[in-house]
Amino acid sequence: MKKNKSLLLLLTLVLAVGTLLAACGSNGGNNGAANGGAANGGNNTATDSGNSGEEKLAADQTLRINMSAEPPTFDPGQAQDSQANTVLNLMYDGLTRMDESGQSLPGAAESWEIDGAKYTFHLRQDGVWSNGDPVTANDFVFAWERVLNPNTTPAPPYSYQLYYIKNAEQYNGGEITDFSQVGVKAVDDYTLEVELVTPTPYFLGLTSFYTFFPVHQSVKDDEKWAVDQSKMIVNGEFTLTSWIKGQTIELTKSESYWDKDNIKLNKINMSIVNSSATELASYQNGELDRAGHPNGEIPTDQIPILKDQLKDELQIKGTASTYYYEFNVTAAPFDNAKIRKAFSMAIDRQLIVDKVTLGGQIPAFGFVPPGIKGLNDEFRTESKDSELFGENVEEAKKLLEEGMQEEGYTTLPAITLIYNSSEAHKKIALAITDMWKNNLGVDVKTENQEWAVFLENRQSGNYQVARAGWVADYNDPMTFLDMWVTDGGNNDAFFSNAEYDKLIQEAKTSEDLAKRQENFVKAEQILIRDEQVLMPVYYYTSVSATKPNLKGAVLDYSGAIDYSRAYLTEK
Amino acid sequence: MDTNPIKVMPSPADLRPEDFRKIGTDEKEAEVIQRESISAWRDAWQRLRENKLAMTALLILIVITITAWVAPWLVGKIYGYNYYTNDLLNTNAPPSFSSTHWFGTDDLGRDMFIRTWTGAQISLIVGLAAACIDLLIGVIYGGIMGYFGGRVDEIMNKFSEILYSIPYLLVTILLLVVLEPSLGTIILALTITGWINMSWIVRGEIMQLKNREFVLASRSMGAGSGRLLFRHLLPNAVGPIIVTVTLSVPNAIFAEAFLSFLGLGVQAPVASLGSMINDALTGWLYYPWRMLFPAILISLIMLAFNIFGDGLRDALDPKLKK
Amino acid sequence: MVRYIANKFFFMLVSLFILISATFFLMKAIPGDPFTSEKKVPAAIQERLYEQYGLDKPVYQQYFKYLGDVVQGDLGISMKLINQDVSDIISQTFSASLKLGSVAIVVAIVVGVLLGMLAALYHRKLIDNIAMVVAVLGIAVPSFVIASLLQYVFASKLHWLPTMGFKGPLYYVLPVAALTAQPIAFIARLTRSSMLEVLHADYIKTAKAKGLGWMAILSRHVIRNGIMPVITYVGPMTANIVTGSVVIEQIFGIGGIGKQFVQAIGGRDYPVIMGITIFYGILLMLARFITDIAYVFVDPRIKLTKGKEG
Repeated sequence: MKKNKSLLLLLTLVLAVGTLLAACGSNGGNNGAANGGAANGGNNTATDSGNSGEEKLAADQTLRINMSAEPPTFDPGQAQDSQANTVLNLMYDGLTRMDESGQSLPGAAESWEIDGAKYTFHLRQDGVWSNGDPVTANDFVFAWERVLNPNTTPAPPYSYQLYYIKNAEQYNGGEITDFSQVGVKAVDDYTLEVELVTPTPYFLGLTSFYTFFPVHQSVKDDEKWAVDQSKMIVNGEFTLTSWIKGQTIELTKSESYWDKDNIKLNKINMSIVNSSATELASYQNGELDRAGHPNGEIPTDQIPILKDQLKDELQIKGTASTYYYEFNVTAAPFDNAKIRKAFSMAIDRQLIVDKVTLGGQIPAFGFVPPGIKGLNDEFRTESKDSELFGENVEEAKKLLEEGMQEEGYTTLPAITLIYNSSEAHKKIALAITDMWKNNLGVDVKTENQEWAVFLENRQSGNYQVARAGWVADYNDPMTFLDMWVTDGGNNDAFFSNAEYDKLIQEAKTSEDLAKRQENFVKAEQILIRDEQVLMPVYYYTSVSATKPNLKGAVLDYSGAIDYSRAYLTEK
Repeated sequence: MDTNPIKVMPSPADLRPEDFRKIGTDEKEAEVIQRESISAWRDAWQRLRENKLAMTALLILIVITITAWVAPWLVGKIYGYNYYTNDLLNTNAPPSFSSTHWFGTDDLGRDMFIRTWTGAQISLIVGLAAACIDLLIGVIYGGIMGYFGGRVDEIMNKFSEILYSIPYLLVTILLLVVLEPSLGTIILALTITGWINMSWIVRGEIMQLKNREFVLASRSMGAGSGRLLFRHLLPNAVGPIIVTVTLSVPNAIFAEAFLSFLGLGVQAPVASLGSMINDALTGWLYYPWRMLFPAILISLIMLAFNIFGDGLRDALDPKLKK
Repeated sequence: MVRYIANKFFFMLVSLFILISATFFLMKAIPGDPFTSEKKVPAAIQERLYEQYGLDKPVYQQYFKYLGDVVQGDLGISMKLINQDVSDIISQTFSASLKLGSVAIVVAIVVGVLLGMLAALYHRKLIDNIAMVVAVLGIAVPSFVIASLLQYVFASKLHWLPTMGFKGPLYYVLPVAALTAQPIAFIARLTRSSMLEVLHADYIKTAKAKGLGWMAILSRHVIRNGIMPVITYVGPMTANIVTGSVVIEQIFGIGGIGKQFVQAIGGRDYPVIMGITIFYGILLMLARFITDIAYVFVDPRIKLTKGKEG
């Protein structure tokens, strides 16, 4: 699933939605953004990172979890998926760490100063690699240079995450060959200076992301170091002690980590099983301490039952991502905005989240999901998505008729909805097409396609309406809105609007945060309210189950998990 | 079949060319002698009819087939819904005869009774079509391989081996991309390598049979290759062939289910029994009916095919006659 | 014999070559490539990746380069599992499949043949019926249903066996049971069917008439001849089981080569697809080769060097 490929980042607002009932009850409608805090009773791990003192630690601090796929790499510079994210966060220490509320905590850097576009990080003196070498500013420069170097093989796919740094993009593109011109410098062993292209409000949070992790300089010219467990020298809480390909990964607590006194887990055993039903059975059987998102999945069918059976263990939380259908605005009949609007208004989102997706998702009427920061509060709180549009079958019918008249149709051309093969997408597609049929009288064929075939078709515009999902790269509305500019790399709807482009461009260069916010609001209005380039369906949630004796595992705003400070209490 | 050469011929060691010339048999006369085969089929039918188990299985198959086509249509007419009609307010309803959903509903509130039977339609079509194509290609191909042997066998065998080793999944994905996804495409994808197993079984049998006495006899009497193959060798290999066919029906049905498992099966909302079981698998502890009805029906179909296949084998096998 | 084997070996090489070529072009014909992703990386980085992996070259050049590498025994490195050698991936994931598979094959053959023989010897008696019901159940119930049921009963309910994983002898029980249900059924039926034929053959009657003991007849004639079709089936079955049943591996969480292969195809990981295809191909051809040899030993009527017959 695409969501797993997400980047995860930074500053957060916890959006805990609690149970499905709580979600529907408290929102009563379209926006579930604001009921922050954990609605399901504070017994879950995300909320009790401070330990209450009365718990007794279990003697055996071995955490057992499952991954639905093996991390494709243990090299932070090459990683690009959520499995690698979970593992790398345990093995490496970035400049900063993020707590559950999205605040940056000291990591390898003890403190930092921010002066506009200039950041100065002071590294801690007691930071060491697992082989005893000190972690220095040069290790960071080395790691970032490696990611940006155009000769690194294979080319690190996420090198563009470093493009906020001055001249980084030019160096990566080969226009500059002298790395000293790039805005990162080791002033001394323990001082790292970073200069950005423009002040970027979310940059500090990015430094806790794996592409920014340091790597030990012994990996120089050794492309295969990350395949060999004996060559993996790390600076984080855990080291990789066993890796049986396709079967298990074992991490063991590092005795050289600077904060080792606060690390209570001794071992983390990860199995690699990509069957959600098996994972859950295993969890219920006591073979796993946690199941579900982000490294696995709880079978949709079982969620309603588990809400009763595992009331205290099931946790549902927003993940700052949006599930939507996008229209190909260059393909008939969706080249007409009224027809697009008609389709979007004719479905019942609440019914879909209540009866089809079942995971406490929030019906979506906008593109920027809850959990993403706005000016002073969450963006979704400051700009309600209920103002963008609402469901209305009568209005939809009227719009459809008008649209057909405009285009001169007596009957609509044949329409096919494509989605990538998955049980969940299939159910949603069938529910939505059935609603279209009942409410608009339009027959839409559904077609599932194998993942790469699907992407190829969607990206080349060989479709009419297609399923899609988008996950935040960083905690800012920009990550959702800049993709829709004319000829944007991920603009699969082929939407093009001069005013929209202008708004985004202004927001990118503007240092005036209020102006930025205003532009984002306007842009989203064009995207959704005026043009309905896409049909938002719901905002994703992460559904997981945690054994009551596992504490301190932290989920961030994007649903990424940090086990490093987790611990097991006696049952 | 008392005229079967196997019984009347002396052992080949005692044969001398003169024995044959004396009788003066030519092609036509040989034909006359063996015209018995028509009554052999009647004979087989007779024996099949006496096999109560096999006849029950046949009856079950006929009933299932008729029900699969009539029931969804009839119930749909009465209650006014179809196999793809959603009812989101009534999802995962348990089976009950007091409601209109006798087999309950699935995760989109669709009627399981209609879906199970339409699923049976799809599975039957897929299974039978694939098995027939497998049989046709496999028998001809395997027969030729086994009969001619030598270079012909070597080359044809290699070809089938190569075809067999090409990753099936790649072929299927490509087929589904190139051709419109449809039932026909899936059947094609299933048969593209499905016949190979049959051809190997046939080849093995023929290789074993062709050196037998009766074949030798027939050959010395001047029977041509085609005649030998279709009159003598294949009928004698009918046992393993029938067993393989009755097994290739379930194989095809399960292969289709496996394709659904990978998202390459029939396109939703159409479902086969296999894909329905597959869909129900993650929640079967809580909604057992969603798996149970399709599973029972699929097992019943398999069971009936196998028992009927057994009966057919016993009836057709010329050597088993007492 | 040596000439026979040399001849077979030559054919294997030719077959392998055709297999590699066919798969290579087939694979390239399918839409998508290893770097297709929902979040596109910037075009410049994408192009650099193509260049580094040689995907920017025309397909025929890639093909010849690949052939050249393979001849030198180099299967390349994965394009998705970064910097991992394809040969390592195969050997590591195959070890799990092999362990599970060899146990499963032995179980399938022993149980299947025994069941089939019993059924044939007691034709139309109770034992026959029981054996055939078992066999039919194995065929009638889809393996993923069997696997789920077994998992539920023995792991979730009774707690006798682990749900998933592959860490010791106990972990074999459920997957082997699920994996062998179908082959056992198939073998039992084939054995029964061909044994029945043999039992009614004239030479058995002759042997009986000659006053040969029942055991002698069984061991010398019946089993030997009755097992023929089973041998034909065991070849492909071996390859099928050892290369891994994806579904069973998935349900029991065993990281075998089957899972790896499906994953590679989904991700268009070209070198891994090709590597596993070649590996599968060799395995399959070896299985067939052994089958042929086995034929010769079991059935003296089949001659090795076939002349121009017919």
